[in-house]
Amino acid sequence: MSILVVAEHDNNAVNPATLKTLAAAKAIGGDIVVLVAGKDCAAVADELAKAEGVSKVLLADNAVYEHQLAENVSKLVADLGKDYSHVLAPATTTGKNFMPRVAALLDVAQISDIIAVESADTFKRPIYAGNAIATVQAEDAIKVITVRATAFDAVAGEGGSGSVEAIDAVFDNDKSEFVGEQLAESERPELTAAEIVISGGRGMQNGENFKLIEDIADKLGAAVGASRAAVDAGFVPNDMQVGQTGKIVAPQLYIAVGISGAIQHLAGMKDSKVIVAINKDEEAPIFQVADYGLVADLFEVLPELNEKL
Amino acid sequence: MKILVAVKRVIDYNVKVRVKPDQSDVDLANVKMALNPFCEIAVEEAVRLKEAGTADEVVVVSIGPKAVQEQLRTALALGADRAIQVETDDMPDSLSAAKILKGVVEREEPDMVILGKQSIDSDNNQTGQMLAALTDMPQGTFASKVEVTDGHVSVTREVDGGLQTVKLALPAVVTTDLRLNEPRYASLPNIMKAKRKPLETVSTDDLGVAVKRTVKLLKVESPAERSAGVKVADVDELVDKLKNEAKVL
Repeated sequence: MSILVVAEHDNNAVNPATLKTLAAAKAIGGDIVVLVAGKDCAAVADELAKAEGVSKVLLADNAVYEHQLAENVSKLVADLGKDYSHVLAPATTTGKNFMPRVAALLDVAQISDIIAVESADTFKRPIYAGNAIATVQAEDAIKVITVRATAFDAVAGEGGSGSVEAIDAVFDNDKSEFVGEQLAESERPELTAAEIVISGGRGMQNGENFKLIEDIADKLGAAVGASRAAVDAGFVPNDMQVGQTGKIVAPQLYIAVGISGAIQHLAGMKDSKVIVAINKDEEAPIFQVADYGLVADLFEVLPELNEKL
Repeated sequence: MKILVAVKRVIDYNVKVRVKPDQSDVDLANVKMALNPFCEIAVEEAVRLKEAGTADEVVVVSIGPKAVQEQLRTALALGADRAIQVETDDMPDSLSAAKILKGVVEREEPDMVILGKQSIDSDNNQTGQMLAALTDMPQGTFASKVEVTDGHVSVTREVDGGLQTVKLALPAVVTTDLRLNEPRYASLPNIMKAKRKPLETVSTDDLGVAVKRTVKLLKVESPAERSAGVKVADVDELVDKLKNEAKVL
């Protein structure tokens, strides 16, 4: 078996989801080759060559791959992927964007968002917002797979001795073009990679009150999240949303503040190691999944918590 | 311009799914079905583009047995002009759905195809991208803003770190994210009017598409339940438990 793993990166550094996707590749077993497509991203390739289990890194360094445009990247991955038994990418918004195109170009199905590898052709994946877990078997010769990074423990980023091979395949198109991006600037860790996440819900009442959460987050080195209700109410931007329609997180500690615990939200955080719920409604469903529940008014509790940490 | 919107019939999002006792699948018998929420947003966006004068026709298509006509009527009541049902015995997988939609695209020649980013049953998030690849159209997935300007569409996309904007030459595929719009409710007069709007049924043979399934569903289980823990009395006890019992601080 030979596995092609498409790396996620920002042309400077490896996204941790890549190391977790490599763990899924390792569980499948076989020769693991990583593709780094981007612009001026040789440092990323060098970094991944040291990752555990990587035999070779293919480096496609060209301006056409700078912004990971799906139209270009999918053609490159499909062209390379036809020689492999498996093609894997993290189920991030980047992977979700180009991988189905790869599958369609190869005329095979895609298995989305796997959370476990049962064998080389059989995988587990959540369906119905995580309310059911399906075990599926892929019969296509090439298995195109996206990996839910939070379900796998990252392989070691050091100690490997893979080679780096530059490839000059260029796939461009004249139908799509990158215009710009507005990325949230934050000193805090990225939501999906943070060890501690503290999230606010509708109970926060407005965006200004999120300051109470942010102060605690800064003290703990935590990321700040939100429920869909808080996003829909306009308190905070959507990139903070944790849940079925937002980000899936599984930190060591998840603190839910003023969040009732709709199924939609639970789908995004219930695999956290320790869950704390702070809510004044003791009937709130969030308490059914919380390891520690505190029934109290968050406006009294948060300043006190900030003081005592 | 003409917009094609693909919609899917799924379990209503308020219904809690149950796994069948034999673990063969989830139990959908006698369960309330509805238009997939992301597809509803797709219909709304197309109708708004028509109301703004940007589009002149909105065609909705759904794949599946006769029951999907119910969701097509819903889309017509929301403002679509006509509907196409591609009749299949059961719901095809994403790749087959994309091939069927390619057949519809070749017949209808729309300037834009709008789909939901994913359906809330299989949660695959594939069909729009696959359709784009098969028809060699550019794509703007997970859209939170769509602007049409002379032969192009600018799509603002919800990405992990924030927002990204791409400019696509038409025809293009757009898939919707939650914040793109808030769908309207169908009014009673519009529901009545929808009953008289044209709804055509075609077969996969008409479109020249062979439906196959290459992923076998072996088993469906309920996820591991998380049990409720303890209630703490105050902040002091909480901090103590987190430090000394859970050891996460």
